[in-house]
Amino acid sequence: MEPLETKLTLSDIPNGKSAVITEVIAEDGMRRRLQDLGFIVGNNVDSLNTAAIGDLTAYRINGTVIAIRKDDTDNILVEEINV
Amino acid sequence: MSRKLFHKSSAVDQKLIIEKKSEDDKVIALAGNPNVGKSTVFNALTGMRQHTGNWPGKTVENVQGYYEYDDDNYIMVDVPGSYSLIARSAEEEAARDFICFGEPDVVVVVCDATGLARNLNLVLQVLETGKKAVVCVNLCDEAKKRNIKIDLEAMEKELGVPVVGTAARSKIGLDELQAAIKKAIHSEPAQFDITYPDYIEKGISLLKEPVQALVGDSLDSRWVSIKLLDGDDNFQKSLTDFLGFELIKDKSIKLALEKYEQYLKENDRTVVEVQDGIVEMVVQYSLLLADRFITQHGKESDATDRKLDKILTSKATGFPIMLILLFVVFWITITGANYPSTLLANLLFGLEEKLAAGALSIGVPFLVVDILIHGVYNVTAWVVSVMLPPMAIFFPMFTLLEDLGYLPRVAFNLDHFFKSCDACGKQALTMCMGYGCNAVGVTGARIIDSPRERLLAIITNNFSPCNGRFPILISVITIFFIGGISGLSSSMSSVLGALSLVLVIIFSIVMTLLVSKILSMTVLKGVPSSFTLELPPYRKPQIGRVIVRSIFDRTIKVLGRAIVAAAPAGLIIWVLSNVSYGDSTLLYAFTNLLDPFGRALGMDGVILTGFILGLPANEIVMPIMIMIYLAQGGGLIELEGAALGNLLIANGWTWVTAVSVLLFTVMHWPCSTTLITIKKETQSWKWTFMSFLVPTISGIIITFLFNSIVNVFI
Repeated sequence: MEPLETKLTLSDIPNGKSAVITEVIAEDGMRRRLQDLGFIVGNNVDSLNTAAIGDLTAYRINGTVIAIRKDDTDNILVEEINV
Repeated sequence: MSRKLFHKSSAVDQKLIIEKKSEDDKVIALAGNPNVGKSTVFNALTGMRQHTGNWPGKTVENVQGYYEYDDDNYIMVDVPGSYSLIARSAEEEAARDFICFGEPDVVVVVCDATGLARNLNLVLQVLETGKKAVVCVNLCDEAKKRNIKIDLEAMEKELGVPVVGTAARSKIGLDELQAAIKKAIHSEPAQFDITYPDYIEKGISLLKEPVQALVGDSLDSRWVSIKLLDGDDNFQKSLTDFLGFELIKDKSIKLALEKYEQYLKENDRTVVEVQDGIVEMVVQYSLLLADRFITQHGKESDATDRKLDKILTSKATGFPIMLILLFVVFWITITGANYPSTLLANLLFGLEEKLAAGALSIGVPFLVVDILIHGVYNVTAWVVSVMLPPMAIFFPMFTLLEDLGYLPRVAFNLDHFFKSCDACGKQALTMCMGYGCNAVGVTGARIIDSPRERLLAIITNNFSPCNGRFPILISVITIFFIGGISGLSSSMSSVLGALSLVLVIIFSIVMTLLVSKILSMTVLKGVPSSFTLELPPYRKPQIGRVIVRSIFDRTIKVLGRAIVAAAPAGLIIWVLSNVSYGDSTLLYAFTNLLDPFGRALGMDGVILTGFILGLPANEIVMPIMIMIYLAQGGGLIELEGAALGNLLIANGWTWVTAVSVLLFTVMHWPCSTTLITIKKETQSWKWTFMSFLVPTISGIIITFLFNSIVNVFI
């Protein structure tokens, strides 16, 4: 297994950038919720904006906007899309 | 932390009972993602007035309504919104159980036309169950505005069930929807199968036959087979309840599962892969189909929303706008309520003496007149004139912000604070609901999945001063902190009043956070859990409808409750003040008894009596205090601002008393309606008691501290 720090997570994607999901490592209920919302391997996600205070960030996925805390986006592995 | 905090998950264990008017009534389950306008569709068809608003999680209870169409009677059940049939919370479980096992005649899945891709996920899951279904693509008007075109015909052809486009708010497409529902009930259920990857299909084919043999036609065997593989554990319990036996324990099923496990091993596949594969395949199908059904013209459809989000949540403008909006809402409430309040008071109190005189003249005994008119009528008149105007202004404005979709943005802005207190970001939503009514805020806490965080939201909800408490805050602030400033124009005094209210609200938020933190460190220990907050598209509120609906549905309802509480309170006070006890009256004895406690907290016995007798509704706290002061002083009943101020000052009120009353108004026991709601929601006396104790003790501590500090300086 490669060391964890080399893996890019959704938290690393700056506002205004997009990424492709490569793996969802969240577990149990949250894993299901994320999958239902469209966080599945191969799907695109856009990072929109982060709260003025704190780390809650809004993401666009499947045409809807979902805000998630950093603790949870840390568990979504991605590859950045460079346009 | 586990579900154990609740003895039972309330919504679930109270099994949904369908109240059929006759055997032939058709039962419709109204399903859909949160915030797609389900309740609007429900209201439009049934003529009911379920509260609607633009934030996910509005409908937290199963609500039933009736309608007639083509001589048939229909019962429509508004199921709480969910993203999936794979339940993640008690409420989603209830929704799923009703759809899957409640044997509805048809399931209507309401979708948001502006977010069809995600909505299809639930549609496909429902179609997989093999139930009769109708797809209602709602918010077509919004989609049109965003240049989104949906090919409903292609959808209908592909899905094999009726698909109807609606704009329920504008009553468009409802006839078609009713026709489609009827058609679906009289047709065969749809056959829509998702083709899974081979390694999953293998499992389904192994299970399907033995499942069919065991469940017969009561459930779709392919669907049940899939559900045996997707790892949805709590589904198995509901399945067992429905079937009356444990499917998974049957020999033939066990055998099939063993065979499949063997197969997976041989093919280097894991159970997790199978579970993910199923969920992901449904999502992928949804995306694929959405691509086929939707054509989008022009630029990104949500460009305006994203711009608004930047303004409403950015570092520079997010918080200032929040405060300004709060200020504006209060300012309009105070300014607008001023005149009608005086008018109503003059009218109602002017009537009092005439009513009394009239009653006496037709021979009603003096005692009865005194009880009814000077007791019951008087308190009621007070409640109506003081309560009605601010409520009728505040509620609609609050609803406008709600309909616009502003509340989730508030939650977005405030999340960091709630997270720091180990609470859920959605608690900001329930806190906001509390400003309308705490009972609503408590029920709304169901949107919070984690039981621990939900309890935090329930216990601290009372720190949000509800609409019933605003008039106390407004009167006290106006009399003691603004009225005292000489040479102030009335417009300036409304501005200062609104500013003071904003300060009170900020204080209440600080207390909510502080107490949440303390609870998180003590009785409700835990770390913040995962959550997702949907930021829905902004929708232009229908201003006329909002005003009419919020006045009729909410204001009148709350006012009715207040009057119901006020009338008996008026009676009690009259009786207490007219029954002698020793040298004085019972009332005097009672307030005297409480006086030392009141004094320790910077108030007096009368004020405490007001709060205590105000348990049924906070609206009557002020009227009760005034009645007691009047009864003790034997003065005339007057209401006008200056006279009220003089009355209070004559009874020893100072600015210190005023601040203490403000503090205690924000922090004391919840009203009885809220307490009953808390008991219902938590199914626990312990947490109901805690919800009583926590704000009460906070209020006592804070007012005591305030007075001790003041005493050092003066």
